[in-house]
Formats: sequence, structure tokens, C-alpha cells
Amino acid sequence: MILLTDSDIQAILLTLRLAGVVTLILLIIGTPIAWWLARTKVWWKSPVGAVVALPLVLPPSVLGFYLLLAMGPNGPVGQFTQSLGLGLLPFTFWGLVIASVFYSLPFMVQPLQNAFEAIGDRPLEVAATLRASPLDAFFTVAMPLARPGFITASILTFAHTVGEFGVVLMIGGNIPGITRVASVQIYDHVEALEYMQAHSLSAVMLIFSFTVLLFVYIWQPSAKKWK
Amino acid sequence: MTGIQARFKIDWAKFKLDVDLHLPNQGITAIFGHSGSGKTTLLRCIAGLERSQTGHLTVSGEIWQSEQHWRPTHKRGLGYVFQEASLFAHLTVMGNLLYGRQRISGHEKISLEQAVELLGIAHLLDRKPEKLSGGERSRVSIARALAANPSILLLDEPLAALDYPRKQEIIPYLERLHGELHIPVLYVSHAADEVARLADHLVVMDNGRALSSGPLTEMLTRPDLPIRLGQDAGAVFEAIVAEIDDTWHMARVEFTGGSLWVGNQRLSIGSKIRVQVLAKDVSLATALPSKTSIQNILQGQVGSIANDEHPSLALVRVQIGNTMLLSRITKKALASLNVTIHQKIWVQIKSVALMEG
Repeated sequence: MILLTDSDIQAILLTLRLAGVVTLILLIIGTPIAWWLARTKVWWKSPVGAVVALPLVLPPSVLGFYLLLAMGPNGPVGQFTQSLGLGLLPFTFWGLVIASVFYSLPFMVQPLQNAFEAIGDRPLEVAATLRASPLDAFFTVAMPLARPGFITASILTFAHTVGEFGVVLMIGGNIPGITRVASVQIYDHVEALEYMQAHSLSAVMLIFSFTVLLFVYIWQPSAKKWK
Repeated sequence: MTGIQARFKIDWAKFKLDVDLHLPNQGITAIFGHSGSGKTTLLRCIAGLERSQTGHLTVSGEIWQSEQHWRPTHKRGLGYVFQEASLFAHLTVMGNLLYGRQRISGHEKISLEQAVELLGIAHLLDRKPEKLSGGERSRVSIARALAANPSILLLDEPLAALDYPRKQEIIPYLERLHGELHIPVLYVSHAADEVARLADHLVVMDNGRALSSGPLTEMLTRPDLPIRLGQDAGAVFEAIVAEIDDTWHMARVEFTGGSLWVGNQRLSIGSKIRVQVLAKDVSLATALPSKTSIQNILQGQVGSIANDEHPSLALVRVQIGNTMLLSRITKKALASLNVTIHQKIWVQIKSVALMEG
């Protein structure tokens, strides 16, 4: 039986909002990065690729620690946001968004990069011979052909942001309604020995994660005909 | 300045291209050569898909490339057909045709209907590319290039990926382009039979260089070049059907210099055809042969004699009126007949192939 308290539901809604915003931002930032990585032949492509992939192997607490320093009162980002009159980002929703964008970056960039690489040069050359400028060809040929890649990348980014914990604790702390996401809420329940509550919320997360992955795996085969 | 002036120099580690060509502003120009001879790279340079280190390109008076200037592919007003049909998988046939069509400006040389009709694809417009056969895909890709209203059409071995029956399916459409289009066509191919059937002008490429460039009828009978055509060395010329003999199912075709009897294949009097005579089917005699099965015997004059690929063989060029024929005979025969340049000689033609005009 699944019983959720109001604060559980608040945590879930906050989690979904965070994941949604991060996915949208990463679609805008990640697409040009993935496109560049897929197309460029410059030697420093590999270092850039490695930096993008860093969050895959780095402990989230390490990433969170550096971001906390950078966004803190003495960090460069913190000084910048203060000079703009925005205050400090740590322990705010938008601080969490920025941290999550870094944390989930590879989950957006890598599937997109693979999709763009699979398209190859030819369709873009064809588009050029049919009078399409490079930007025109990107929107009318590359994006439609990479559609399965966009769907996979968005789902993985969303799901990965939902599952975030270490970075959230570092940057966001545990403020109800602002930074207390579902994973932190479960941690709180366990800390308070509310095992029943932890069970309920964990079950919701488990079902969510499985459904998402199932959808990704079902989608993959049909993706092939587009390539 | 009319026509196409193309000068390119590429010096890559594994590949060099060094050409300086002047190509005609009409008809089909075949760029012929082995794979790796640089013919596709030349075409890609003309399209702006490849950028040569130094180069100059003028097409119908417009400068597309010079030392100071580079016009990107999408502003070049060309049509390009790639080796694989490369249709956009996310669009229908109609969507593919409209892709270039919607982006054109200026004077319309070819209408969409004309492109659809020329390639016979009206019944395919609603289909997705995955539902087309290989031959249909090729036709759609040619129509798509035409629908973009090009001022020059570039074809990169459009038949290479197709099997023999599919090739035979496409060639008649290419022959129609030849008759109905008024834009220059550059046709890259390594197949001598396609070249002989389609081209008006021939550029022979080897090792990144243009060995020679000239009208097809001249080029095919140049004894120093046909070696590149191997077994397919021969002459191609135009002729007009002058007489039909229903008793023997034969037709007499006239060309400048004489006439030939050929098997009648639904020919009609007055129609223009292309005739191919392979060098291996032409033998020589110093006196008019009598009692021979060969029906086509003509008198001509020896133009030149050259070595063929095999050391035992020679290629002899014989002029009949304004038409040149090639004959492949052994050097032994050459010696025993004592053939010399400018000598009058009898030519026996064992077989003649007909192509559409």
C-alpha cells in the first residue's frame, strides 16, 4: 500500500518541476554542444568531450562541492550574481537547477551526439545542393532525422535529474518546497526511522524509473528505421 | 564567357587533383576514369562540397570560386545526384521534391511537373523513401535535383549502386534528359557503355589529372585513349534511318561517310539513332573482300596506328568521310597487310549496336 503525506507530494512535485526545467535548459544548451562534438574535426574535441562526460564518473558530492564554492559568496559565480543583485544561488531552486544542468549534461549530450553522428555528412550535403543554408539544413534535416535521439536524451536527462541526491544535498540542502526533492525526502524519512513513508516514496520512484527505462528500450528498435 | 571553366589543385597526403578544364555549356559531359582517378572529387569541387587549396571556377559567366571568392554550395544553383539516392527518410517523395523547390528563386527552367513527368514518378509522390525500389529511389533523386531548378546538373555515378536490370531501367530516363534538358550535365562514370550511350563530350581522368577532353566521337576513336576503355573501345556516331527491308528485318542507316545495314528494331525511316561500333568487331582488308558473310564493308583511309593494351594488338583508326572507326587487329596482321598511314583500306564491320538518339 502506498501512502504519501503532503510533504511527500510536495517533494515529488518539486522534483518534477526541477527535472522539467533542467531538461528544457539542457535541450537548448546540449543540442549545439552535441552538434559541435558530432561534426567538428579539431583536436580539442576530445578534451571537450571528456569534460562533458565528467559528471558520469565524478562523485556527485565532488561536483556539488566545487559548484558550492563557485556559487558561494567568495566564488566567481557568487560575486557575479551578487553584483547583479540576484543574491546567492546555493540553497535556492535556481541554484539547484544550475547544479543539475552540469550534473545531467552528459545524459543530454551523448545520445544527441550519437544520433547526429549516425546521420552522417550525406543528408547535409544533399540539403546544401538543394539550396539549404547550414542552419536551415540543421532544423529541416538534422533535427527531424535525430528525433529518436532527442526523445531518448530528454527522457534520460529527466530521469537522471529525478534521481539526483548528492549534488542536491551539497547545493540545495533540505528546504521544504524549495530544495527538498524526493530523493532527499526519502533520506529524511529513513533518518527519522519512518520506514513506512520511505517505502511508499521509494516504491513510487522505483515504478517511475522502471517505466521510463522500459519506454526508452521499447522506443529504441523503431528508432533504427529513421537512420 | 560561356561554358564551364574549372581549374582545381588539391594536394592531400594520399590524393592529388590537378585539372584545368573548359567544358561545354550544353549536352552531357562524361567524366570517365577508374575509381580513385579523381572524377568524383572533381565533381565535388564543382559543387563546392570539397574545397581545393587553389582553384578557379566559372559556370555560365558566374564566378563560383576564385582566389578571393568562395560561393557556398547552397548558393550555387546546381543539381547534384549522389551515388546512393540519399533521399530524406523523414519526408515523402513529394516532400523530397519540394525541399529544393521551396528554396529556389529566379527564372524557372524546369517545372516540378516536368521533373516528375521526365522521370516517371507521378505514381510515387505520396510514398516514403523506404517503400521505394532501388531504381525508383534513383529516379526520385534525379527528379529532386531537377526540381531545384539547377543551371547545371551534376551526376555522380547515379547507376553504380544498381544491379544490371535496374540500370537498364534508368538509362532511358537519362537519355530523355539528354533530349529535353537545356542545361549542361556532368556525368561521372567508370562504365564505358554508359558513357558511349549518353555522353556528347568526354573527359578522361587518371591519377587526379584530366588526360584529355573533347567531343565524344573524336575521343572514342583516338587510339591513344581507347586503351582506357578496354574491351569497350570503339566508335560512336549518329546516323539516320534511310531504308527498311522487311524481308530480312534489316534497316539501312546513313552517316556522314556511308551507310550500314543493321538489324531492324522497330526503327522508323528518318529517325535519328546512335550507332556504336566496337574496335574488336572491325577488321581490315587491302582488297574488297568477296564471298564474305559480313554485310557492312566500307572503304576508308588509315588515320593512325597505335599500340593496344596487349603487346600482340594494335588499334587502327580509319576515317570514313567525317566519321572515325577504330579497328583492333593483331600486329602480325598489320605487318602482313603492310598497313601504312593514309593508305586506302576496306573496313569490314561484324556487328553494330544501336542506341537511342
